[in-house]
Amino acid sequence: MGAYAKGRQIGAIGGGKKTMSRHYQFETGLSMTGSNADYRAPIKPSQEGLVVAALYNKVAAKLGGTAISTPSVEVAHLDKAAADLANSRGKALVVSGSNDPNVQVVVNALNNLLGSYGSTIDINSPVNYRQGNDQQMNAFINEAKSGQVGAVLFFGANPVYDHPRGAELAEALPKVALSVSFADRADETASLSKYITPVPHFLECWNDAEPKQGFYSLTQPAITLIFKTRQFQSSLLTWAGKPSDYQTYLKNYWRSTQYPKASGFSSFEAFWVKCLNDGVFEPNKGAAAAGGASFAGNVAQAAAGIAQRYKPTTGMEVALYEKVGVGTGSMANNPWLQELPDPVSKACWDNYAAISQKTAHDMSLAQNDLVTVTVNGKSVELPILIQPGQADNTVSIAIGYGREKAGKSANGVGKNAYPFASITGGYATYSAFTAKVEKASGTHVIAQTQTHDTVMGRQAVLQESILAKYQKNPKAGRYEPKVQTSVGPTDPTDITLWNGYGKPTHSWGMVIDLNSCIGCGTCVVACNAENNIQVVGRQEVINRREMHWMRIDRYYSSDGEAENYSAMEVASANPEVTFQPMLCQHCSNAPCETVCPVLATTHSTEGLNQMTYNRCIGTRYCANNCPYKVRRFNWFKYFDNDNYDYHFNNDLGKMVINPDVTVRSRGVIEKCSFCVQRIQESKLTAKKERRKLGADEVQTACSQSCPTHAITFGDMNNPESTISKILEVELEGRAFHVLEEINVRPQISYLTKIRNKDEEPKKEATKESHA
Amino acid sequence: MLLVSGGQVKAQDAAPAAAAPAGGGDAEKGKTLFTNNCAQCHAVSGEKVVGPGLKGIESRAPSRDWLHKWIRNSSAVIATGDAYANQVFNANGKVQMSSFPSLTDADIDGILAYIDQANKPAAPTTGGGDDKVVDNGGGGSASTGGPSELFTFVLIALLLVMLLVLGVLLVIVTILSKAVTPATDGTQVTSSFGQRLKTGLSDAFNNPTLRSIVIWLFLLVAVKETIDGAYGIGIQQGYAPKQPIAYSHKLHAGQYKIDCNYCHTGAQKGKNATIPAANICMNCHGVIKKESPEIQKIYTAIEENRPIEWIRVHNLPDLAYFNHAQHVNVGNVACQTCHGEIEKMEVVEARSSLTMGWCIDCHRRTEVNTKDNAYYDKLVALHRKESKEPLKVANIGGLECSKCHY
Repeated sequence: MGAYAKGRQIGAIGGGKKTMSRHYQFETGLSMTGSNADYRAPIKPSQEGLVVAALYNKVAAKLGGTAISTPSVEVAHLDKAAADLANSRGKALVVSGSNDPNVQVVVNALNNLLGSYGSTIDINSPVNYRQGNDQQMNAFINEAKSGQVGAVLFFGANPVYDHPRGAELAEALPKVALSVSFADRADETASLSKYITPVPHFLECWNDAEPKQGFYSLTQPAITLIFKTRQFQSSLLTWAGKPSDYQTYLKNYWRSTQYPKASGFSSFEAFWVKCLNDGVFEPNKGAAAAGGASFAGNVAQAAAGIAQRYKPTTGMEVALYEKVGVGTGSMANNPWLQELPDPVSKACWDNYAAISQKTAHDMSLAQNDLVTVTVNGKSVELPILIQPGQADNTVSIAIGYGREKAGKSANGVGKNAYPFASITGGYATYSAFTAKVEKASGTHVIAQTQTHDTVMGRQAVLQESILAKYQKNPKAGRYEPKVQTSVGPTDPTDITLWNGYGKPTHSWGMVIDLNSCIGCGTCVVACNAENNIQVVGRQEVINRREMHWMRIDRYYSSDGEAENYSAMEVASANPEVTFQPMLCQHCSNAPCETVCPVLATTHSTEGLNQMTYNRCIGTRYCANNCPYKVRRFNWFKYFDNDNYDYHFNNDLGKMVINPDVTVRSRGVIEKCSFCVQRIQESKLTAKKERRKLGADEVQTACSQSCPTHAITFGDMNNPESTISKILEVELEGRAFHVLEEINVRPQISYLTKIRNKDEEPKKEATKESHA
Repeated sequence: MLLVSGGQVKAQDAAPAAAAPAGGGDAEKGKTLFTNNCAQCHAVSGEKVVGPGLKGIESRAPSRDWLHKWIRNSSAVIATGDAYANQVFNANGKVQMSSFPSLTDADIDGILAYIDQANKPAAPTTGGGDDKVVDNGGGGSASTGGPSELFTFVLIALLLVMLLVLGVLLVIVTILSKAVTPATDGTQVTSSFGQRLKTGLSDAFNNPTLRSIVIWLFLLVAVKETIDGAYGIGIQQGYAPKQPIAYSHKLHAGQYKIDCNYCHTGAQKGKNATIPAANICMNCHGVIKKESPEIQKIYTAIEENRPIEWIRVHNLPDLAYFNHAQHVNVGNVACQTCHGEIEKMEVVEARSSLTMGWCIDCHRRTEVNTKDNAYYDKLVALHRKESKEPLKVANIGGLECSKCHY
C-alpha cells in the first residue's frame, strides 16, 4: 500500500514531484482498490480470463510478442490500457486476483513482455504471509472422505468454515481416528475434532517468523498466560518427548541457524538481545539482489485453458470477495472489525448481495429487499445492496460472514457464502458463472454509516482535478469562495466576529492528502482502540448512533446536471470515487463552543477544541451546530450493559481499554481530541528529559497507523515539522479547508484529489453554478 | 517580611559552613550520594538502622584510606584478616555490607564530609527550606486579603439567622409562660395547663409572621445541609483506613529518613508513584526485625505468592488524569505538598481534599520549575514579553480542561 501511495503522491507530500502513476482496474464489484483507479471497467467474472488475454494480445501487438488465440471481448478502456502499458514498458505492472493458474500465467507473460521483472517486480523478496496449497488441501479432503486419513492436526485454520468443501470435511472428520485442533475457541472445525488443545493468543507466545524473504522476525510474549493454555509448539515438543520450553528451543534454533549468519556480535546472547530489541534480523541487508528471473510459462497452453473456461454468459453471475475489515472471517468475532464500515458500500455488521442499479431496475429490486441466490443447488438468502460500479447481471457477496461458532459478536452476523466457492481443477474458484437470483419475501435493513451517495456538487467540501490541469496550475480544482459585502466580494476569512485564540506554543494541526487516502479505514480502527470508542451494534448504526470519532466519507460522482438536485443525488453507473477522512476539525472559531450552555467544550492555547465529559449535560447543541457532523452522543451507557455485549461488557474485553482515556458514560457528547493524551505524554517525556519537543514527536493514532501516510499530524508553529513544510508549499497549492466560506478556521487542511485522467471531468459544469 | 529577612540571615550563615567541607570532600554531592546509596542502612547520627550509625565514623575507623577500601568492597577487607573489619562485621550480626565499587575516593570523601557536617551541632539547613516558608506565607496573606468581603457577608447572614432563632425562642418562651401562668383576668381560670398550651401553640401556628419565620429557618438549614453534603461527595479527606500491615511512615520516612523514592519508585518516572512490592521491603527486612509479627505478614505473602492487599488511600476519579512524574520530576513539587507530613504519620491519612478546586488553586499559585529545562524556553520567553510576574502553571495553560480531562 505504501508503494502504491508513493506513486500517487504529488506536490510537497510527494517530494515535489508532479507526476503520478496511472491505475486501470477491471473488476466485477466496486472494490476499494477499484475505487482508487483512474480508469475502471466493470466486467463479469466469466470475462476475467478473456480480458487478461485480450490485454496481452493488444500489448503483444505493440511490443512484438506472439498473439494467443482466445475469444474476443468488448470491455471499456482496454485499448487505452494496452497503449499506456506499452508506452511505459519497464515501469508498468499487471496484477490479477484470480486463483486460476492459466490467468496468472498470462499475467506473468504480460509482465515479462512489459519488462517488469527486475524493475517493478522484485523476485528476491517475496512476502510469505499468504501461502497455501489448494491442490493438497483438496486431496486431503478426498482422502479424509475415503477414510484414508489416520490423524490430523489443525492449527490456525478453520477449513470446515472457510474451505469451499467445508461441509464435506465436516462429514468426513468423524471418520478420522485422531483429530486435534489447536484453537482458542471451539470454532466450526475445533468443535468437530476429537480433541481441542486450548492455545494462547500470539501475544502470549514465543515465536519467530519470516514475513518477507530474508526478514527474520521474533515474537515475545507481551503478557503472561491469561488462561491455562499452552502454545502449540510446546505441545508438539512435549508429545515428541522433548523439553516443552519453546523459548529455549527457539533460542537454540536461532543459535544454530541465524547466529552463524550474523557478524559483529561478541556472543550469541548479545545477538539474541539485539534481535529481540529490533524485532527483525536481516542477514543479507544491503546485499546486491540477484538477477531477475526469466519467464518460462507456456502461454499457448494457458490461452487454451482460458478459451475453454471463459465463455460469454447471459444470466446472473456471482463474484465472492473479502471485505476490508472482516476478511476471510477468521477474526470475525472482533467487534471493531464488524462495526468498521466497508470502505465503498459503508455497510457494516452484514454481508449482502451487491447488484448494479440497472440490474436492480430490471429485476425491480430495491435496497434491503431479500433475495435468494442459488449456485450449484446451494441457496443463501441475502438483502440487496445497490452498488454503483457493479457489473450488470452480477452479484457480489462477501465471504467471512455467517459464522456459527466464532463467538457472540460474529455468530449469526450475515450469511456464509463459502459454499458458493468451488474447486476447479484442484484450485478454489471464488466466483460462479451461472447463478439464480430470485426475489424472496421481506426485507432486511443493512446498517450503513453513510446513505448519501454523492457530494451534490458541493465544491466547498470536495475539491478535485486532473493531473494535466494540476501540472499547469497547482491550485487546479481549488474552490475559493467569496462573500458579498458592501465593499464587494471579500475572502470569508477577512470577516469575523471573533478575536481568535492565540496559539503561542504549539498549534496542533493535520494535513490529509486525498490522493494518498485509499479509504481502507485503518485510521478508524486505530482511533477506536486508542480512544476507547464504544461498539454499538447493528441496530444502533441503523439508528444513526455509531460512535466513531473518525469516519471516511465516500462520495460517488454523479451524471446529474447542476441544479437538478434529484438527479445529482444519483450516482453514476460506473462512478469516480473519492474518500475523505472526516473528524473534528478543531476549528479556531468553533461553532460548537459558542453554543454550549455549560462550557463543556472549550478552546485550548494549543489550538485544540477540548471536550470535557464530566461537565457535559447532554443538550447536544454542539452536535447540532457542528458543520462537519463529527460529534457523537452517548445515547446509552455502552459499558457493563448486556444490551451491548461487546468487549466493554466483560473483564477480558476490558483489557483493551486505554487507561489514559476516560470511558464515557451515558448522556455526554464525545469527539476527536487529536489524541490529546498522546500530546500530553510526548510533552511530558520531553520535559522529563529537559529538552524541546521534537518536530514530529507527537503522532495521533490515525496518523501513526495510516499505511499510506495520507495523514500528517504535527505542530504548525514548529517550522521544522513535516506539516509546516507541507503547508508552506501547499497553502498556495492544493491545501483547502472544508467549508471555507463559513470561516470556522479549521486546524485540518485537505489536499485536493488529483486523478491521472486524460479527458475533462464531466462535473466541470457545476463549478460555475457555485462560484 | 520578618520571615524573609530571617531566611536571608540564615542563608548567609549557612554559606560559609557549606563552602568549607571537612576533609576536602564535597558535602553537597556527598549528601546526594548518601541518600541514594547509604541511607537505606545507615543513619548519619549514632543510631543503628541496619548497619551502625555513622556519627564519628572517621575517628572510629583506622584511616580514611581504610574507609575507601571498606566502602568499595568490605568483604575483601574482611578477607584480608583485618582486625577492625572483622570486629565490625561480627558486631553487626555478620551481615554483609553492599559493595560500592563505582564510588571514587572523592565521592567517599564527600559522603564523609556530609556526615561530619550533618553532625555539627549548629548545622543549619539549606536556604531552600526557608524559601518555602516564605512562599506559604505569601500565599496565606494573599488569600486572607481576598475573602474579606465574603467574610462580611457570612457575618451578616449569621446575624440574620441568629435574629430569626432569637425570634422563635421568644415566641416559645411567650407561649410557655402563658401556659404556665393562668390568665389573671379571672374569666378563664378553669382552663388547664394543657389547654392553655394548646391554645398558645395554635395561636402561634396561626400567626403568619411566626409561621414564615419557622419555614424560612427550616429552608435555610435544609439548603445549607444539602450544599455541604453535595460538596462532600467523593471527598476522602481525612480517610485513614487500617492497613493489612501496620506499616509506619513515621518510623521509615520520619525517623530513618528513607527517601520516598526508595519505595515509591514510580514517582519520578511515571503516572503512578506505585506501592512497593515485597521485594523492596526485603532489601532491609531480609535482615532486620524478621521476627516481628507485622513483618512476618510480608513473609507469608511472599511464601504464598500473593500481593499484600494494601488499601488505597488517595484515589482520583477516572475522569481526571494525574501524572506523578509531571509534578515530582518536572515540577519538583515535594511529596508533602499534596500528601501532607507523611513522615509524621503512623497511619497514612488523606490530608488533601483532592478536589478540582484544590488542584486549580495550586496551579494558580505555583511557579513553573523552568530552570535548566529547555522545554520551557519558548514559554518563558513569551511570558517575559507580556508580563513581569513569575510564570505560573496557570499562565501556560494549566487551567485548561484537556490538561487533565481526556
